[in-house]
Amino acid sequence: MSVEINVTGEVVTAYLSGEIDHHTAKAIRENIDSAVDLNMPTLLVLDFKDVSFMDSSGIGLVMGRYRNLAKSGAELHITGASEQIHKMLKLAGIEKLAKIEGR
Amino acid sequence: MKVTNKFSMALLAKSSNESFARACVSAFATQLDPTLEEISDIKTAVSEAVTNCIVHAYRSGMGNIYITSELLEPNIIRIKIRDKGCGIENVEKAMEPLYTTVGGERAGLGFAVMQSFMDRISVRSAPGKGTTVTMYKKISRRFGGNA
Repeated sequence: MSVEINVTGEVVTAYLSGEIDHHTAKAIRENIDSAVDLNMPTLLVLDFKDVSFMDSSGIGLVMGRYRNLAKSGAELHITGASEQIHKMLKLAGIEKLAKIEGR
Repeated sequence: MKVTNKFSMALLAKSSNESFARACVSAFATQLDPTLEEISDIKTAVSEAVTNCIVHAYRSGMGNIYITSELLEPNIIRIKIRDKGCGIENVEKAMEPLYTTVGGERAGLGFAVMQSFMDRISVRSAPGKGTTVTMYKKISRRFGGNA
């Protein structure tokens, strides 16, 4: 599992890859949060294009980032979700919290 | 339902074993010739059940997770995931979406995902003794695989 962070202006994009589960979620969370704390973006994009597996730990990750961003009025977008990840996002009602792009 | 194949394993309730557990069960399920979506559903449901053992059942200590998977006629996989942890006081409540006792960044969706991604699940639990989650999924035989 790895996270690559890209900062463009007020947008932080986190490119996630590999498997997201309870074991890997902590490191991903810490990576994203430190980039957000440092750059104070108005938009955080989570890119799931290279995520090969995600269980509900990924939903916890998305909800947690949403809650943190909401404190400063920043937005959360999700992109690159596979059919399976989209199924999970839909089950959790994430479309009410974040814009899901590319669907 | 006739059992045509079976495997069992025990593993420590360590988070590093989550990927190993779901990989084992999904590899076993390939004998039923599942679609990629079905394999992904099984992996996800197993991951949720195993994570529950680690996060909830053994939250105050280490223990074993026991996984048994059986192939049943006609083209059904049954997966039992058992722990000897703290057990669940109120199973009905625990199965409600978004309900969680640990807070933090757990979404409280474990059972909802298992129910949604598998055809049937049952949960037996006794406080102080442990929990057994049994899940079933019918596999759509694509090319007439050998079970």
